[in-house]
Amino acid sequence: MSPSKAQLLWMYEKMVEIRYYEETMAKVYMEGKLPPHIQKGLAFDIGSGPVPGEMHLAAGQEPVAVGVCAHLRDEDTVVGTHRPHHFAIAKGVPLDKMTAEIFGKKTGLGKGKGGHMHLFDPAHNFSCSGIVGASLPPACGAALAAKKRGQDRVAVAFFGEGAANQGAFHESLNLAALWQLPAIFVCEDNHWAISVPKEKAVSVASVADRACAYGMPGVCVPENDPLQVFEAVGEAVARARRGEGPTLIEVKTFRYFGHFQGDAEVYRPKDEVKHLRALDPIPKLAARLKQDGVLTAQEEEAIVARARQRVDEAFAFARQSPYPAPQEALEDVFV
Amino acid sequence: MAGRRLTMAEAISEAFAQEMERDPNVFIMGEDVGVYGGIFGATKGLIEKFGPERVMDTPISETGFIGAAIGAAAAGMRPVAELMFVDFFGVCMDQIYNHLAKNTYMSGGNVRLPVVITTAIGGGYNDAAQHSQCLYGVFAHVPGLKVVVPSNAYDAKGLLIEAIRDDNPVLYMFHKGIMGLPWMAYFEGSTTEVPEEPYTIPFGQARVVREGKDLTIVTLSQMVHKAVIAAEMLAKEGIEAEILDLRTLVPLDREAVLASVAKTGRLLVADEDYLGFGLTGEIAAIVGEHLDRIALRAPIKRLGVPNVPIPYSRPLEQFVIPQVEHIVAAAKETMQGRVAAGGRA
Ligand SMILES: Cc1ncc(C[n+]2csc(CCOP(=O)(O)OP(=O)(O)O)c2C)c(N)n1
Ligand SMILES: [Mg+2]
Repeated sequence: MSPSKAQLLWMYEKMVEIRYYEETMAKVYMEGKLPPHIQKGLAFDIGSGPVPGEMHLAAGQEPVAVGVCAHLRDEDTVVGTHRPHHFAIAKGVPLDKMTAEIFGKKTGLGKGKGGHMHLFDPAHNFSCSGIVGASLPPACGAALAAKKRGQDRVAVAFFGEGAANQGAFHESLNLAALWQLPAIFVCEDNHWAISVPKEKAVSVASVADRACAYGMPGVCVPENDPLQVFEAVGEAVARARRGEGPTLIEVKTFRYFGHFQGDAEVYRPKDEVKHLRALDPIPKLAARLKQDGVLTAQEEEAIVARARQRVDEAFAFARQSPYPAPQEALEDVFV
Repeated sequence: MAGRRLTMAEAISEAFAQEMERDPNVFIMGEDVGVYGGIFGATKGLIEKFGPERVMDTPISETGFIGAAIGAAAAGMRPVAELMFVDFFGVCMDQIYNHLAKNTYMSGGNVRLPVVITTAIGGGYNDAAQHSQCLYGVFAHVPGLKVVVPSNAYDAKGLLIEAIRDDNPVLYMFHKGIMGLPWMAYFEGSTTEVPEEPYTIPFGQARVVREGKDLTIVTLSQMVHKAVIAAEMLAKEGIEAEILDLRTLVPLDREAVLASVAKTGRLLVADEDYLGFGLTGEIAAIVGEHLDRIALRAPIKRLGVPNVPIPYSRPLEQFVIPQVEHIVAAAKETMQGRVAAGGRA
């Protein structure tokens, strides 16, 4: 299945938006976290600045999010990870409310209670979790609900190659295959689980190799290319919507930043990121689209400007929004 | 080398190194404990000294490697397993509370499980609901686990060596905000002088951090440092607080609590764990059960996270986690409190 022109341009625009979002977040995140604004003797303070706490950015992993979400509708479910921004943006989560949440503001998706790893947007059937491996079981549940109700909805669980070693991964794959659920399990193989490389953690070459153990198709997408992801996921989604059950897909992708912002990456070969940057999927896609006559230089400019404006506006909205009142901490434990 | 000061993280990794040198059966498993040196620096420098066979980076498979620690211990080794954040106990609790905690008992004492699980606890840096909890109350609630919660580098080293040498399972819980990390604000009182040679601190001995006659503040971990600052502020207003650092929850130094409250007649328990069904209630109950020996002058007061998940946003988090100001206010209220006149015959 090849993407339409509209789908191609959508994927490109979303990739640009995601990249600019993550780069903007990387800058904003450092505000207030460096000397002399922090405790003396520290090099960095994770708890300071307008966006405190851990920050996991997905620059480099855009192809996975857009190649999958290009096939999804609002009513389809996506469950993301601790590194969730690219999935959320591609799924259509409102950027202003998402950013406000990451700033801990009252106008955020969760009124400031969740934060960057805990984004919930029921209107777009999006959620995520800071617990590694936690995305798969709820995706099975969403798929189960669709099946029980006879809806042609699908559910996608994203997870990293590190998460493929969690019990939740294995239990979910078995459930999904056993019950023939309309689920797609998408593994982002960015080679690293914090400091542990894939070959020291995963017993097989590709996570997709594990699919046969559960009786479902397993597909390895060998390049960090949105078109390859689009193709593999297109088939999986079509199968799922036809009631033919789940698929496991592994995509080789790139982590451009550290595991979290502030990570000194002592474990990472020096030139790795430089090498991966040379393979950047965004300019690659732009070149391809231009070559195929899908994108003109003028359109490219307009797309970049639009995407940046949306992101800038979302950050401005987040900054200007009020904090919740302290006592609001006591609300929302139950509905 | 008198006067050598270490951060808590440094004291912990030194304790590991000394025990690993002493006993070849000691080894460490966990996520990012190798080259990274542990996300909170607890295993820094160990892989360089002992190699990847004894400092093992694991896959993200907590049920697997914590369960493996149980099996290796039963086979005669002395494994240490690091659970990166205590919040992740959800994915491996069965191995901990149904097996590690119970196998010794169910075997009539015939199975020994000298396992240490080290784990990071606590909030204060806006890491939200799944990365900020203390949860030691959960582990202390389950019979069969010793629970150690140090507040400073000196205690951290002595208690860790004691934990590794103990033939029973020990949960060793370090608060991120006192490890002395270069990337997280911390309470500097946690960095202390630490003797170079190995030493142990027996479990079940609370430490009087500060003497005082007016009220007892029972606390532990990072909250000890907040209590010390609060006590200095209270002293300026003529209130002398006695601070008790519990250091271990299992075993718990009940006598130290009773002795101090008997002296002061007032009790404030300051905790960072959830308020309900936990440590604060336990300490209050112990005092309540001994009112035949203790004349309380004011109702007991408890501070803890008010039974909500830890919120992300800074003003919300600061509100639910007890701060210095909360301790000061609660201490003053306790000073003004009165018990009902007379008792019933
Ligand atoms: C159950 C659990 N264990 C450990 C962690 C700590 N942790 C957070 S992200 C991470 C690495 C995840 O690697 P991977 O699944 O490959 O995702 P990536 O970070 O590469 O996107 C770890 C170990 C966690 N959040 N939850
Ligand atoms: Mg990874």
